[in-house]
Amino acid sequence: MTALTDLTIVEARDGLRSKEFSAGELTEAHIAAVERARPLNLYLKETPERARDMAAGADARLARGEGRSLEGVPLAIKDLFCTEGVETTAASRILEGFKPPYESTVTANLWAAGAVMLGKTNLDEFAMGSSTTTSGFGPSENPWRRRGDNRPLVPGGSSGGSSAAVAARAAMGATGTDTGGSIRQPAGFSGIVGLKPTYGRCSRWGIVAFASSLDQAGPMTRTVRDAAIMLGAMAGHDPKDSTSAPLAVPDYEAALTGELKGLKVGIPREYRVDGMAAEIEQLWQQGVAWVKAAGASPVEISLPMTKYALPAYYIIAPAEASSNLARYDGVRFGLRVPGESLDEMYEATRAAGFGTEVRRRILIGTYVLSAGYYDAYYLKAQQLRTLIARDFSNAFKSCDFILAPTAPSAAFAIGEKADDPVAMYLNDVFTVPVNLAGLPGISVPAGLSSDGLPLGLQVIGRAFDEAMVLRAGDVIERAAGFTHKPAFIAGGAG
Amino acid sequence: MALDKATVARIATLARIKVPESDLEPLAKELSGILTWIEQLREVDTAGVEPMASVAEMTLPMREDRVTDGNCRDKILSNAPQQAHGFFLVPKVVE
Repeated sequence: MTALTDLTIVEARDGLRSKEFSAGELTEAHIAAVERARPLNLYLKETPERARDMAAGADARLARGEGRSLEGVPLAIKDLFCTEGVETTAASRILEGFKPPYESTVTANLWAAGAVMLGKTNLDEFAMGSSTTTSGFGPSENPWRRRGDNRPLVPGGSSGGSSAAVAARAAMGATGTDTGGSIRQPAGFSGIVGLKPTYGRCSRWGIVAFASSLDQAGPMTRTVRDAAIMLGAMAGHDPKDSTSAPLAVPDYEAALTGELKGLKVGIPREYRVDGMAAEIEQLWQQGVAWVKAAGASPVEISLPMTKYALPAYYIIAPAEASSNLARYDGVRFGLRVPGESLDEMYEATRAAGFGTEVRRRILIGTYVLSAGYYDAYYLKAQQLRTLIARDFSNAFKSCDFILAPTAPSAAFAIGEKADDPVAMYLNDVFTVPVNLAGLPGISVPAGLSSDGLPLGLQVIGRAFDEAMVLRAGDVIERAAGFTHKPAFIAGGAG
Repeated sequence: MALDKATVARIATLARIKVPESDLEPLAKELSGILTWIEQLREVDTAGVEPMASVAEMTLPMREDRVTDGNCRDKILSNAPQQAHGFFLVPKVVE
């Protein structure tokens, strides 16, 4: 028998409904896996008691035949989502001890669909990073290892605790948030599926804000079908988020038809960047062949502003972050370091509470918004954003979805790239443009690098066309038949 | 754009983050590197291009003007580092 921790959400749902096992048993198996995964530092907070209570509720509902879409499914929650009464830190020392008196809309939606909370996962501090090494509570480790090399690797980031937990079978699925690639890149590095929905598809209410015009929550799972089910539960209009779209949520699972007949797949010319590994280029070509075999015809498209997306992002995101993070002042929540005056207290608190990457971005953001520089930097970046969004809308006149790599490399070792912020930022070259344009994108594990690490392919769709993104992602998943497992599996056997 | 130590000190004050003197020089170098990389945006002619603040193509929704939240003073204060008599406490601001 397959270990309970190795099941997909779909298999768990079926097994629970047919009473092969109970939600209590499924949850206990995962609680044990979460404990075994501790050496990887994936969870900042484990909530086994809450998980047991929720599982008992799920079993009662299942017994009455009232199982909802995620009834009894144990999930990990990125520690950027406020969870009522459960410490929420954004992986920052400045929020240590903060217990939100409210629940984020997305997590509330998941609990209303019957999901069970295993705990809160590690991330880059305030979601600022691509490696989960900027966490104020230590880096997370990727359960994958290079072949013949035992150095610990990063799981990607910022949702690296979530991606690694799902890959290591220490959760059936997890929430992530994606501001510049923070769902798709760690999904790629960890060999799982990660979906960033259209901006506005999921409510941002109760998610610790990084860059509000870019942040979007999404599912991280081991299969595309699981992502479809989880997104269905997370998404929906929320009057508490004025940017949340008042649109009906389609049945995403129904979109997975397994074919792409009559559709056009766009291949962006500008995504052949310098320094991209040849094996990633090959995988991309393989991906084109897969979608072609499912009925899609490839067209070359041009996104000429691609190279300016990263620099524009590194103005817009820090600018928004510098104002969002002004609230951490030692007055209302979190850390306070005493000072003689109010200003001294602010300065000492923020110096002690923020890590170096967060400080760096707040300073950049403050500078680009400061008097005399606003037009040269911030306004210019917003104009570039218009041009980048226009590139995509032009491209979608001649194609139905876009296929690209998720990241220009596989996972790197913890400590690599740490000295050069710009080299670290370049990791997000294929994901950031999608955030600037507000579009949906999915990363699907499609193959292994020569040294045995997972590589992802990305499907990008039109605004609010997550159904197309999932449909093409499902085709790639079926064709790739990715069944490789990481070196470390926290879930037990049998 | 090369930032000098004085500029870094000034933006740190604006951001209300105390930066130790010994960090100013390395930070100036690091931030200058990032800004120089960012400045490739100048290559692009953006004359007449509308700046985009958000992709959400919607006007802010209107709702009925009534109270939907509140009466939760103790909840709001529950995370305060220092509080007393229903107020947040801060260092003295008025002499």
